[in-house]
Amino acid sequence: MLDQIRDLYQEVVFDHNRNPRNFRVMEDANRKIEGFNPLCGDRITLYAKVIDGLIEDVSFQGSGCAISTASASLMTEIVKGQTEQEAEQLFELFHRITTGKNGDEVNLEALGKLAVLAGVRAYPARVKCATLAWHSLQSALKNDGETVSTE
Amino acid sequence: MSQPQPRFDLTKIRADFPILSQTINRHPLVYLDNAASTQKPKPVIDAIRKVYEEDYSNVHRGVHTLSQRCTDLFESAREKVQTFLNAKHGHEIIFVRGTTEAINLVAQTYGRKNVGPGDEILITAMEHHSNIVPWQMLCEAAGAVLKVAPISGTGELLLDGFAALLSERTRLVSVTHMSNALGTINPVEQIIAMAHARGIPVLLDGAQSAPHMTVDVQALDCDFYAFSGHKLYGPSGIGVLYGKESLLKAMPAWQGGGDMIRRVTFEKTEYNELPYKFEAGTPNIADTIALGAAIDYVNAIGVDAIAEHEHHLLAYATERALQIPELTLIGTAPHKGAILSFTLDHIHPHDIGTLLDQLGIAIRAGHHCAMPVMDFFEVPATARASFGLYNTCEEVDVLMDGIRQVIKMFG
Repeated sequence: MLDQIRDLYQEVVFDHNRNPRNFRVMEDANRKIEGFNPLCGDRITLYAKVIDGLIEDVSFQGSGCAISTASASLMTEIVKGQTEQEAEQLFELFHRITTGKNGDEVNLEALGKLAVLAGVRAYPARVKCATLAWHSLQSALKNDGETVSTE
Repeated sequence: MSQPQPRFDLTKIRADFPILSQTINRHPLVYLDNAASTQKPKPVIDAIRKVYEEDYSNVHRGVHTLSQRCTDLFESAREKVQTFLNAKHGHEIIFVRGTTEAINLVAQTYGRKNVGPGDEILITAMEHHSNIVPWQMLCEAAGAVLKVAPISGTGELLLDGFAALLSERTRLVSVTHMSNALGTINPVEQIIAMAHARGIPVLLDGAQSAPHMTVDVQALDCDFYAFSGHKLYGPSGIGVLYGKESLLKAMPAWQGGGDMIRRVTFEKTEYNELPYKFEAGTPNIADTIALGAAIDYVNAIGVDAIAEHEHHLLAYATERALQIPELTLIGTAPHKGAILSFTLDHIHPHDIGTLLDQLGIAIRAGHHCAMPVMDFFEVPATARASFGLYNTCEEVDVLMDGIRQVIKMFG
């Protein structure tokens, strides 16, 4: 009966929710930020080690729903080793696709693994879950060191 | 468990609520988010339509026929609320936007006049944000202190802890009659007796209690009581502040404007009498009249019959929920209203909410505007099913089956 929602709750999402990657405190991080979704109470602490514009390491801690946990986990996997600029561009693409309308033409290929989360655009109430980690990353890269909120 | 039948015809009642007969995601709607807001029966919808089609005009102003007719309808809604709460006087009923505005009104008028530096306001650890933030704002402005009475692991107020926080500096006690996040019904008779023994007035947040139990403000002897129309099968944007006449009379006016004045010159303004002193500007006319229709509707069924039916639903839902090993109930007070707050092992409430919606089941997932309650139970959020007069045991079965499907999906 719940099969219709498999476009959002794909096996990859369950996998990352059960076993989030890079789910650890980073002792030698030079960027750290608290992300918060006041709507559902999700909290994330994002750690990054950025040297000469390169994201050498990124990790997270926190509690959230399956969508936000899987999104954070996938994000850390993908942006690790990217330049800040590459990560920024990917966020823009991800944001455009998750907040776009259903009929909009989207280039899912460019998203790579992140494409599994594209289905969230059909569930507007959950888009913030998918983008919390990304907003946190963006803030961490800007190094403004404040708590980010999705509101 | 046997499923006792309500004292009213449930099939007929459900037919009064047009919104209930739809499908959501190809499943019949199962609406279990009544603590957030209730659906509206036809008589309420018709009342709004009738006002605009036949009776509408501004109130308390014109000498023409429509203005008189509309004023009569508006004021008869006040009488209905007065009877509903068993208030002594009609002018003790102040129309506001909702419970939140009612509490803010008391904080900004009674509070500003009577609360000074070092004084204290006492609330409890199970309050909705709307019974926390207005007091924080007042305390910050006045240099006063907000005191919070503790609760137990079952979600009950610890009366000894409450008593210990009553002091000679306490200027007001403001507590929820029934918790929106936990369902707990507070022992307000004892709370009021303890506060009154020290001469401290008590405000009851009745947002959850008004729809689910008989409220008699004179028997309770509460000083203020606030509730919202939209949780009582009435429209949103209309609510009530009840206050004892002596207190309301002594309170300064709140918002300035038309209707709340007796005489205005540029030098000085004389304020109008109760209740108009607190009702500046053109009120929410149609929704006030429709709130009267909602009260008529509820009275025709009987508040006690509704409470009994909801109690059965809660008992049945609780029994079925306890059979699910992965489910933890949040809020297990023996004296509870029809709210089932729960968590599932390793599944976030937001995921539960989205997945149940796929089955046509509407529940609330989140912190329920009670973040301190979530912190106390060390959960980021809960899932909450809350019942209203039109819910059925079959719907409880659909919910429990849905919960099992969600658990299965998460493996």
